[in-house]
Amino acid sequence: MAGPSLMDSLFQRSLDDIIKGVRLCPPGTEPTFIAKSLDEIRREVKSTDRQTKAIALQKLTYLHCLHGVDMSWAAFHCVELSSSSAHSHKRIAYLAASLSFNPSTTDVILLLTHQLRKDLSSSSVHDVSLALSTLSSICNPDLSRDLTPELFTLLSSGKPFVRKKAIAAILRVFEQYPDAVRVCFKRVVENLESTDVGILSVVVGLFCELAVKEPRSYLPLAPEFYKILVDCRNNWILIKVLKIFAKLAPLEPRLGKRVVEPICEHMGRTGAKSLAFECMMTIVSSLSEYESAVKLAVGKVREFLLDDDPNLKYLGLQALTIVAQKHMWAVLENKELVVKALSDVDVNIKLEALRLVMSMVSEDNVMEICRILISHAQKSDPEFCNEILGYILFTCSRNFYEVICDFDWYVAFLGEVARIPHCQKGKEIETQLIDIGMRVKDARLELVDVARSLVIDPALLGNAFVHGVLAAAAWISGEYVALSRNPFELMEALLQPRTGLLTPSVRSVYIQSAFKVLIFCIWSYGKLNGDDASEPSALTESVSKCDLEGTSETVVCESLSDTEVDNENMIIAGGQTSSASSRKYRLTKESIMGLVNLVEANLGPLAGSDEVEIQERVSNVLGFIELMKPKLHGPLGDGEGDEMKGKLEASEMVKLMFDVFSEELGPVSLSAQEKVPLPDGLVLKENLSDLEAICGDVKFPSSTSFSLIQPRILEKDTSSFPECNEESGPSTESTSLLAEHRKRHGLYYLPSENKGTTFNDFPPAHEPQDKTIDEAEDLVKLTEESLTSKKKQNHIKPRPVVVKLDDGEGLNMAVEKSKVKTDLISGAVREVLLGNEPMTSSSRSKSSNKSSKRREVDRIPESGNDIVNTAISEGSIAGSGRRKHQTHSKERKHLSSGKEKEQHDHNDKQKRDSRHHKHKSRQRAEGGINVPVQSPVIPDFLL
Amino acid sequence: MIRGVIIMNDQGKPRLIRFYEFQPVEKQQELVRSIYKILCSRAENVSNFVKVDSLFGPDVRLVYKTFATLYFVFIFDNSENELAMLDLMQVFVETLDKCFSNVCELDIVFNFNKVHTILDEVILGGQVLETSSSEVVMAVEDISKLEKNSNSIIPSIPGWQGR
Repeated sequence: MAGPSLMDSLFQRSLDDIIKGVRLCPPGTEPTFIAKSLDEIRREVKSTDRQTKAIALQKLTYLHCLHGVDMSWAAFHCVELSSSSAHSHKRIAYLAASLSFNPSTTDVILLLTHQLRKDLSSSSVHDVSLALSTLSSICNPDLSRDLTPELFTLLSSGKPFVRKKAIAAILRVFEQYPDAVRVCFKRVVENLESTDVGILSVVVGLFCELAVKEPRSYLPLAPEFYKILVDCRNNWILIKVLKIFAKLAPLEPRLGKRVVEPICEHMGRTGAKSLAFECMMTIVSSLSEYESAVKLAVGKVREFLLDDDPNLKYLGLQALTIVAQKHMWAVLENKELVVKALSDVDVNIKLEALRLVMSMVSEDNVMEICRILISHAQKSDPEFCNEILGYILFTCSRNFYEVICDFDWYVAFLGEVARIPHCQKGKEIETQLIDIGMRVKDARLELVDVARSLVIDPALLGNAFVHGVLAAAAWISGEYVALSRNPFELMEALLQPRTGLLTPSVRSVYIQSAFKVLIFCIWSYGKLNGDDASEPSALTESVSKCDLEGTSETVVCESLSDTEVDNENMIIAGGQTSSASSRKYRLTKESIMGLVNLVEANLGPLAGSDEVEIQERVSNVLGFIELMKPKLHGPLGDGEGDEMKGKLEASEMVKLMFDVFSEELGPVSLSAQEKVPLPDGLVLKENLSDLEAICGDVKFPSSTSFSLIQPRILEKDTSSFPECNEESGPSTESTSLLAEHRKRHGLYYLPSENKGTTFNDFPPAHEPQDKTIDEAEDLVKLTEESLTSKKKQNHIKPRPVVVKLDDGEGLNMAVEKSKVKTDLISGAVREVLLGNEPMTSSSRSKSSNKSSKRREVDRIPESGNDIVNTAISEGSIAGSGRRKHQTHSKERKHLSSGKEKEQHDHNDKQKRDSRHHKHKSRQRAEGGINVPVQSPVIPDFLL
Repeated sequence: MIRGVIIMNDQGKPRLIRFYEFQPVEKQQELVRSIYKILCSRAENVSNFVKVDSLFGPDVRLVYKTFATLYFVFIFDNSENELAMLDLMQVFVETLDKCFSNVCELDIVFNFNKVHTILDEVILGGQVLETSSSEVVMAVEDISKLEKNSNSIIPSIPGWQGR
């Protein structure tokens, strides 16, 4: 047994050897070398010789840290080695532990408790400091709980070197084990009066960390911090104190009044940029209501902006961004510097400047700023160009386009942005174009124009980044084709050969849009020529004219007359399509046939496409054409009766299809579904296991499905289903159930949803037999409701320029949820600091359980200001009280011993270890607390 | 709080990685790679701060500085002052310089443990402990002496009684 061990220790490779080995490895062989070394280490680490073990562990730690080797298997060896009495071994073991232990999963951590306790009480400062630094890296709740007594002792250690490390380490202990606050907090606070700069610096740093998380609890300590702010001359400490005040000042206005002066003094006096910067940030972020201070701070910001050091320039811009939220004048004052910074070489600076520029955007200047920025973007490198575009798009669309007045401009602007060569914001532009189309009715005419120019440009099809925008443009062209100047041109654009470059999903949008355009054209044509068929008695004049054209006149004649009556036609057509302003295309039989042929020629080959979306849509279009073609030809040949019948069918069909597409898609509120009242007797939470039994034997005929969504009719129609029967009432119980769900969901979901799945997804009501009649009634009622609600939405649209839906509720709920989050540490801190208040101390007797702590925290928002005020005044009293307590403490001793009983239960765990020491100190602490209760009101020096 | 300290060379090879909140080792390597990617894309003579919210969560920034072939990186959140961090980095580098008399990359490569010891004297659990390099140097020298003694003398006798 001794053999290998001896060999191992004699010929063991040192860490240096490993490092050299790794460095000399030819490229690619490094992993094998490391694996080989790892094998050695696995052997060596088991050695009984501490030195061998230590070196093995050292090597392993190195490989773990810098080469990502797993060392969780060696956790126990770390624990073993840490008990070595040689400091060098201990150090290696503790370093390995702090670099590799996972506080939440490494289970051997608890085995380290004893060793850590021993080292924390060691007489060697370096052993102690080693243990402290390890503790702060690996501490978990158990470890923290068990070592709190040792830390408590160290917090008043006579050796500053140890004490400051203990203070730094206690932060992690507080986080892991909030009850430690009750034991140690007083001692930590006492360190605020230390004269040792090192200790003061660490303890202020500790409070800064704590206050960032939950500032309110530390208001009572404001007097101590104030003293440091005024007296201290160390920049590190002052920076941290300023950070604390930045958190405290917004909570207590009188505090702000008090500190603003010394902070300004510091800012004026200091030569250190870091301190000046901190003063500046504190003022602009937390004391922004003090005009003169802000003026000073902005002056300092300007100094930073003018400095050559890019760091200062960057930080200056950051500060200015914060000022801008409340004092826009500060940005305007430095406008030229900000704009200059836009073309800085440093990306950071450019971005900050951009953010600032965007913060200046308002209704009045948005056009100008966007123009400047776009010209800037075109000159910039692609990355920054996209940053700019992203910011512009974000700012302009913020809060339902609140800064945009002129939507025609904005829509045109979006089109322009999409064409910028480096633009990668296609997705965002796509969303906004469609969004505006749906929300802003007045912008649609311009939108259609922009869409046309995008769709028609063959060059754009080659740029993959623009495909999203093109999809939006194609959709807009199809959806609002009635506003288009020339649908024929649009059709050509939608079917141009280069659309082959598009991705299938975009291409299917193109095909669907082409379908819409086609139907619109045929409908318009039918409207023009076929009014007689649908409304024979309405316009006798036009009927006779149409009859004349339709039957006896030649084609030439017809086209001629068409040219003449073009404008008139459009008025007829425009009766329904509102603003058919100035369309100049001609609707003739040839043009329609040409259009149909064009569609057929271009889409025909795609009918066999591999992409289902494309293939399906193409089949729809071709199927429709197949149906229409004979009818379009019809008027030319057959006898009168047939012809009339054919025309009737055709126009009905076209009318139907046109209605399908003219149904407007409105935005739907996210909470729309919730607003549908639950019908009486509909039980949703019951177990649905008997659903199978009910539904298993009922076969639903597809025609009974109930739908309010028109496009579905289209799907059926074109795929030669029987026509949808909207009126088909709920005849059986099961269909009424189905209708119920269909109605509830069909209304609020996009029409493309698959009918088949709806049934499976939504459970029918419990015990449907008894409810048949009710259900049917409910259905009628709900249908009305849903229809009226739909109408309401339509009413809303024209009211403002931009349609908004009140989705606020959902947001508020989310905010509230995140707000209610208890902080155990601050709860404990509050208990310690406000402990003297009678009410609190009574609740303190039970405070070892978490619920009362939570109650403490919850109470704050309710009684808001009162608590703050008492906290402040008590805090200042306690602060000055502590200085006095030596004289009073003897008289008050009986009081404190009474209190002690209450504290007994949650402190006794700690007691068994350092009973004597603690006992004394608690008396001191309690004395400090209790004095101010009876003592006359001490003038509050702070307020 | 300081979230982490990284030293790496201009090839992206890490020389020191210390995070003050537990990070799995794979994550550490990944973070180092992403940070390196950010740093080497930055030109010279630009500001030393980078926002790294995407890697570490909101409000976390890093400050970096190049010394010869090395990048020194401090990662910190909003309870630290940016310029103070830059100063602290200076303190750390000065200390290294004093401890290794004219520090170079190789010193850091071959003194893995000592560099950690130095760092532990400057930062503990993410909190700044000491901002004077001479204090740190004194402590580190003490520790070296202690380590030497404990290796030569029989370890069970505590040869060192504190200051």
